Amino acid sequence: MRTKSLLILLLMMPLSVFAAPSVQEFKLDNGLKLIVQEDHRSPVVVSQVWYRAGSLDEVNGKTGVAHVLEHMMFKGTKEVKAGQFSRLIAAAGGKENAFTSTDYTCYFQQLEKSHLPLSFKLEADRMANLQLTDEEFAKEIKVVMEERRWRTDDKPQSKVNEAFQGTVYRAHPYSRPVIGFMNDLENMTADDAREWYHNWYAPNNATLVVVGDVKAEEVYQLAKQHFGKLKAKALPVRKPQVEPEQIGERRTVVKAPAKLPYLLMGYHVPALDHPETDWEPYALEVLAGVLSGNPAARLNQRLVRETQLAIDASAGYDLMSRGHQSVFALDATPSEGKTVAELEAALLQQIEEIKVSGVTTEELDRVKAGVIAADVYKRDSMFYQGMQIGTVETIGFSWKILEDYPNKLRAVTPEQVQAVARKYLLKDNLTVATLDPQPIDPNAKPQGKPHVH
Amino acid sequence: MHMQLIRKTFTAALAVLAAGLLAFGSTAQAGVKIQKWQTASGSEVYFVENHDLPIVDISINFAAGAARDTAQKSGVAGVTRYLMTLGAAGMSDEKIANKMADVGAILGGDFDADRAAFKLRTLSSEREKTQALDVFTKILQQPDFPEEVLTREKARIISGLQESATQPESISSKAFMAALYGSHPYSLDESGEVDTVAKISRADLLGFYQQYYGAKGAVVAIIGDLSREQAAAVAENITAGLPASAIAAPIPAVTLPTQPVEKRIAHPASQSHILLGYPGIKRGDPDLFPLYVGNYVLGGGGFVSRLTEEVREKRGLVYSVYSYFAPMAEAGPFQIGLQTKKDQAEDALKLVKETLGNFIKNGITEAELKAAKANIIGGFPMRIDSNSKILDYLSMIGFYKLPLNYLDTYNSSVEKVTVAQIKDAFSRRLKPENFVTIIVGDPNAK
Repeated sequence: MRTKSLLILLLMMPLSVFAAPSVQEFKLDNGLKLIVQEDHRSPVVVSQVWYRAGSLDEVNGKTGVAHVLEHMMFKGTKEVKAGQFSRLIAAAGGKENAFTSTDYTCYFQQLEKSHLPLSFKLEADRMANLQLTDEEFAKEIKVVMEERRWRTDDKPQSKVNEAFQGTVYRAHPYSRPVIGFMNDLENMTADDAREWYHNWYAPNNATLVVVGDVKAEEVYQLAKQHFGKLKAKALPVRKPQVEPEQIGERRTVVKAPAKLPYLLMGYHVPALDHPETDWEPYALEVLAGVLSGNPAARLNQRLVRETQLAIDASAGYDLMSRGHQSVFALDATPSEGKTVAELEAALLQQIEEIKVSGVTTEELDRVKAGVIAADVYKRDSMFYQGMQIGTVETIGFSWKILEDYPNKLRAVTPEQVQAVARKYLLKDNLTVATLDPQPIDPNAKPQGKPHVH
Repeated sequence: MHMQLIRKTFTAALAVLAAGLLAFGSTAQAGVKIQKWQTASGSEVYFVENHDLPIVDISINFAAGAARDTAQKSGVAGVTRYLMTLGAAGMSDEKIANKMADVGAILGGDFDADRAAFKLRTLSSEREKTQALDVFTKILQQPDFPEEVLTREKARIISGLQESATQPESISSKAFMAALYGSHPYSLDESGEVDTVAKISRADLLGFYQQYYGAKGAVVAIIGDLSREQAAAVAENITAGLPASAIAAPIPAVTLPTQPVEKRIAHPASQSHILLGYPGIKRGDPDLFPLYVGNYVLGGGGFVSRLTEEVREKRGLVYSVYSYFAPMAEAGPFQIGLQTKKDQAEDALKLVKETLGNFIKNGITEAELKAAKANIIGGFPMRIDSNSKILDYLSMIGFYKLPLNYLDTYNSSVEKVTVAQIKDAFSRRLKPENFVTIIVGDPNAK
């Protein structure tokens, strides 16, 4: 059923002479949502299928199954045998891949525009007809274990990040790594992957996003033709798994072969919940911008350039979270001869300064100028625009909030930035993870200074 | 902290890199209309007028890459490019960054063995564009190379080099380039060495700037919301005050190895990181198209390549295995790479060698050639579907003096490649018996 057709109005007056992107939204009877953004600059199309299924939905003992299933989605259906998906897209000149996060699993193709029907045909087929064999599973789980070794086990900062997540969250599933624990991967079975597919792969748990040189109405008809016959499923109940309030600082240390220590710290803060009325998440975004939005922002300017305590330092916050949880994070690498303890004190001092003295209008204007420009620059990438639409839709918001996002940030005041710092960036709400570097030669003595903690 | 895992990030990124380096473009009836001219100062300008978005993208490219360094002063080229952005015409690094950020402009750049480039992305509205271009021009024409900034950045670079020396990926690529290129400047690390960076002085940077940042021979690429007249004025302004140095001498030719090198380096990582390769091709090489199309079948075509099929899909030995040619001013590397847990590293390496040997000996099938052409030719529209991608093509065409119709003739160049040409080119150009092989995380080390 077609619901709505809307035109995004450009926010910035000087841009009004440029064609506005047109976004339209549709819904099939089986619950599949379709969002089409027309972009006629080049004869190409990006097609993305977003499933509302990520590591957030996993249970203990089966961590990593969302991502394993993503790999298995290329291993064949009744009609398209293993490996053929990639060959068919390649033969059409296309690129394809997939990615899994805490909040979603996304499959995409980039094609010359006349090949969109191929993408829909193949995606609709594997949405319902995956043939998940024991033989293919046995090979692919080994690939995923290699991926874990490469991505996490042998990368010191990734290990710190994994330890941080496991410390900052205790009850919430964000505590577990998307790639899964090695022991869970070693004990995963094809049935675990089948169960995941059976539970979550359904048109009523997916959003189809298409950006490119297409006509929205034609894409809608094409979607009905390929996806329309798929059956909706009753989805498992999702528990909220709200993280209990943290009262008391938490610390964790990782030892791994490296030269430089590393520090990652963060505070529990709210994620976006009511896009129309919330203001705190937008203020937190601006705060992250003031701290590290450009090379002369506070952390780089003061800790890297002026005091030279760090060789790098940054702040980050993501307001989009399907798990309704977010963290305001700071990370930094100490300079030669400096310890993580000194660096931690310096980062906390920067936070304290904002709590006491606030931020300047000049700093705010600078962050806002970046937001406004980025909103224009993103239009040079169809893929990125599709990513934004797919992410907000999968989290449970409408793509329409993207339209108002720059204005929401522009409305943030210096007082609001100071207020969120005072309210959330508190010692009892802090988690700190550090890397204690170990020599790569096991016979050598540890380098550098011992770490305080 | 919403971490994403991608099914094959590493392979995909390299495949894109390889394709970009090779710059295959072609066709599109609605092809890219490139205008070319020279500035009064002697720079070459490549311009595409496009008013779809209120954005201007500019890049300026100099023959000032790491291959201009010597082993004794390794790192000077990279530090020169970097320091130019950290102090100019009396503006501090803080002021430069703030002025760019105040108008939402993004200052970027590229640096490799051949090339040093500066990039600017700005809104095309008058106030924003004017301020961004003013700062950009000062960075290019009046770099200050402040002493205290040099001291600070050297310490940061040295820390980075020391960290890299502990990580298997950087250890393997450094060892690979050193073994492949010996005393040729392509062997030099783009970031320099700990002891050479420590010795870099302000005079080194000033000297390098005067010698290699001349207007003559510089390549300016511009795409976006400007008229031809506006673009001409921008190009004149950004090149007018550059040094009056002579065009840089050509980079020396690469000598091919006459014997194999195998280096095994112990490391506590759980995986072995394996690189194999040989000097490949330069830009404009007549074998470039057969080698590029052939490599798509060998290890450049992601999931449909023979290496991925044999090593990952059939046996589950790796997450990523790839091969690519990186054509440069002189013979850039041909490289195969993979990572696998140590106890299966020998088996994986043997399999890769067999796959390569079989490929060189027997070539590819007509069906494989057809599939490769279908993907490369059919994928052309995606190579030029954004201003930022076209900007990189303009820079590359200009910097390597490729014909202006390079993008237009690309599909026909790919179409002409035959199975026999691929077999012939691979057997003449790659000598597996003299390959360099690097294994970091030696499975046999105790």
